[in-house]
Amino acid sequence: MDGRHRAAYQRDVPHVARLTLTDFRSYATADVVAEPGLITVTGDNGQGKTNLLEAVSLLSPGRGLRGVALSEMAREGGAGGFAVAAAVEAEGGAIEVGTGTAAATPERRVLRINGAAAPMTRLGEWLSVLWLTPAMDRLFAEPASARRRFLDRLVLALVPGHARETVRYDAAMRARTRLLTGDAPDPAWLSALELAMAEHGEAIARARAETVAALGDILAATPAGPFAQPLLALAGNDAADLGTLLARSRAADAAAGRALTGPHRADLVVRHAAKAEPASRGSTGEQKALLIAIILAHARLVAARTGRAPILLLDEIAAHLDAARRAALFERLAETGSQVWMTGTDAALFASAGGRRLRVESGVVTG
Amino acid sequence: MSSEIDALTQALARLPGLGPRSARRAVLHLLKRRETALVPLVAALQAVAAGLATCEICGNVDTRNPCGICTDPRRDVSTLCVVEEVADLWALDRSRLFPGRYHVLGGRLSALDGVGPDKLSIDALLGRVAEGGIDEVVLAMNATLEGQTTMHYVADRLAGQGVQVMQLAHGMPVGGEMDYLDEGTLAQALRARRPVT
Ligand SMILES: [Zn+2]
Repeated sequence: MDGRHRAAYQRDVPHVARLTLTDFRSYATADVVAEPGLITVTGDNGQGKTNLLEAVSLLSPGRGLRGVALSEMAREGGAGGFAVAAAVEAEGGAIEVGTGTAAATPERRVLRINGAAAPMTRLGEWLSVLWLTPAMDRLFAEPASARRRFLDRLVLALVPGHARETVRYDAAMRARTRLLTGDAPDPAWLSALELAMAEHGEAIARARAETVAALGDILAATPAGPFAQPLLALAGNDAADLGTLLARSRAADAAAGRALTGPHRADLVVRHAAKAEPASRGSTGEQKALLIAIILAHARLVAARTGRAPILLLDEIAAHLDAARRAALFERLAETGSQVWMTGTDAALFASAGGRRLRVESGVVTG
Repeated sequence: MSSEIDALTQALARLPGLGPRSARRAVLHLLKRRETALVPLVAALQAVAAGLATCEICGNVDTRNPCGICTDPRRDVSTLCVVEEVADLWALDRSRLFPGRYHVLGGRLSALDGVGPDKLSIDALLGRVAEGGIDEVVLAMNATLEGQTTMHYVADRLAGQGVQVMQLAHGMPVGGEMDYLDEGTLAQALRARRPVT
């Protein structure tokens, strides 16, 4: 691919062309112009690097890359609400996205697309945003629920209906547990709820299995480089005959106060292929490398399936990587075609990365 | 403005889809057209208020008991359509999509809201079926999780009662209240109904 071709290709990749923040975290106001490709954000700790990435993460449904309450995002000493406005270059032209809260309703996020109010789920029609943060460094050592959430986010980028299936499965499960722990539960009512759990549980398990298999194919085809190769598998994701299993385990579930079987107990099992050991045994740097390999594979998968490379937000990404791995990372990130926002304290860590360089100092972005 | 007119405005403002501004416009309209709008409206309201009743057979709300649908001789008595709420019955009946009679459950099973089978008119439904003459029961529940759970529950209770139990075809929007579906979608869902599995 010569330079001219790559440039033409990158113009079609969904990316943030301009980001304007008002009363967001440490920023009273900020205005950042960006291009496709790599963007490095450097500065000392506590200056607002991650906040910039968090603002971009709000261009996807949910509570952003920190996963905290929206009220925490409004600047202290500000008017009480916050606003993140972005010009997003997407398929078929530019769109204006605005999101934020009002002082009177600090926990309600509103979204405007091209000036008109829109539901959050509409964002997914234009772009996907994925992230890796230092909080995820210990993902492999955490309880299964953390990895399940991570996996479900990966699935959601490919199967938009996954969120609905999960919501309905959880609702049926909560209702069943409530019945089971009450007096003399009605067996026909339990059966109806178990039927719903079986139906939605099967859809959830299928979407996860399909995603993990597709990721596995990409990972297997990726030449072993400086990054360790992860082997992905699912545990406890089996929903076959779930209705029957649930009916049989009513007594046990009632005693436990929760359903003991079903895909809500699934785990994403990651192993270090070359070392043939669980990912959690590796050093922090090795675990990070495995996560990066998964994210890179996922970015390629999303781009192949949806035709839209996801925007990647990689917070403190270079911290645990040696120079060779860093160079390889930047090279592979550039290959994805994605717009990639990376943070780090030391600008020297990004010496081998091309692209845009931003510097953040006490809430002011320059570069 | 007199307190009577003010009271009327406030009562109208509380109606769904209105609000203070629309209520003021409606009141002005009524006051300007005393004979052609206000008096007929009062008469209609009075007639409904005087005769308002819940049908003891099907649970519909009408000015007669049994209701106009249950007493209509042109209705096909061998088919019965079970709905969650009166609003669903009206949505289905607005354009005569269903030729038979109805049964209103009065809600949907919700463990979290404490709505169990005893709070719904399920025993009355079983009683109607046991009386005989009904061949087919169509369960027209909303596409919500609670609606679908209720449907499977009712189907289970109707099993072995000698009636064919049917459900609407797919195609209901998520959390879709039938009230808001266009009639074409509803007609299609009804036409393509299939046995509950
Ligand atoms: Zn009736």
